[in-house]
Amino acid sequence: MSERLPGIRPQQTLWRRLDAASRTAFPAACTALLLLALAAPFRMPGQAQLQPAVALACVFFWSLFRPSSMSPPVVFALGLLLDLVSLQSPGVSVLVLLLVHGLAVRWRVLAGQGFLVVWLAFVLVAAGAALVAYVLSCGLMLRLLPVQSMLFQFGLAAGLYPALAWAFTLAHRGLANPEGA
Amino acid sequence: MIRLSIPVRQALSKLTLPVLIAAAFGLMLLGKADAILAERARMALADALAPLFATLAEPLATVQRATDEVHGLLELRADNARLREENENLRRWHAVALALDAENATLKANLRWIPDPAPSYTTARVVADAGGVYARAVLLSTGPNHGMTKGQIALDERGLVGRITELGTRSARVLLLTDMNSRIPVIMENSRARAMLLGTNGARPRLSFWPEGVQPVEGERIVTSAEAGAFPAGLPVGVVRYSASNVPEIETAARLDRLEVVRVFNYGLRGLVAPEVLARPEAVRPAEGRRR
Repeated sequence: MSERLPGIRPQQTLWRRLDAASRTAFPAACTALLLLALAAPFRMPGQAQLQPAVALACVFFWSLFRPSSMSPPVVFALGLLLDLVSLQSPGVSVLVLLLVHGLAVRWRVLAGQGFLVVWLAFVLVAAGAALVAYVLSCGLMLRLLPVQSMLFQFGLAAGLYPALAWAFTLAHRGLANPEGA
Repeated sequence: MIRLSIPVRQALSKLTLPVLIAAAFGLMLLGKADAILAERARMALADALAPLFATLAEPLATVQRATDEVHGLLELRADNARLREENENLRRWHAVALALDAENATLKANLRWIPDPAPSYTTARVVADAGGVYARAVLLSTGPNHGMTKGQIALDERGLVGRITELGTRSARVLLLTDMNSRIPVIMENSRARAMLLGTNGARPRLSFWPEGVQPVEGERIVTSAEAGAFPAGLPVGVVRYSASNVPEIETAARLDRLEVVRVFNYGLRGLVAPEVLARPEAVRPAEGRRR
């Protein structure tokens, strides 16, 4: 897009292009790496619930603040990865993450608000997402699953968001900012 | 890149999300209709990740050992007292066991007892707790040509862990006995009554379907039963513990939360497992579909 705007800018060398590309790909790559890392045997308590919680926070944050780097196909791929590493029925996480992405893109007004408002919105979204995932999993397995893991997953997502958002905000402004390339 | 007019491009970008949401529903239907496809995709990913996790497991285990060491040093005194008491107790049992062993040997000699063949086994490292929110399973890293088949039985050094449910070329997935889909025929050791062990995704699986007139006793040992030919008889599973709501649950003998190495045994059983080996290929689908 930016090459169409008039103005003076440095010449597009190969390194500059690579730099810009890696900054653009940072959100998706970072989310995928986090998901793979959480599948590794750290023996942390609640590691299984951590995967969907982290994916939710990542997709929500980047869809809200940089939708160009978190496009629907990318969200689809991340959902598929989450389904494969978390032994979920395939398609469930894909749908949940796509819905979250749709909501976040529609609520772009939030991007201008303070942190607390965004967090509150995320808590609502996480509650909805946990509920949808629970209902779909029950429906696909044709049996009632224990509710505790849904509640725990929701709590984890809501509580984890501030820490992730802090790190992502730093990355958004510095490391992963395509304007800085 | 194809040059499109701006309205067309806007319309396309608005369409992407609904189309992908529809694709997600399609994926769910596909996963439900063809469970083998999802399983294959999952094992391909696991195969790719297993070597990575195996290299990671080594330094992680070192850290784990260091913390365990510190804990151990702190609890040394209490452990010592407990061990002394336990040793005393075990010495008595040792005498009993030796006497019973001798008696058993003479009785077997008199009966012309044909001993069971010793089962062959493969030892494999657990590289990832591959369980998700709604499943309990572990991933084993095996070399190529591991010779494992579906339905083989995994044990750790203390007792039953679970069964192999999915196989890749260099990895295998073990469904733990705590998983919701796990059903294991067991025998209560004192009453010799048969029962089923149902996984609940919690730490302790539930005991059910015991016959009328028998009640599981707190602390009773539970072992596998050879019913239906899925397991050999007598593998230690755990002991009965009543929950707060008075439901008999099993405290597993195997330490399922800290599995490091498991042995996968080939007992040559052809019970409920591996519907693929049946002559009728159409029998594969429904049996596979029901499991997920």
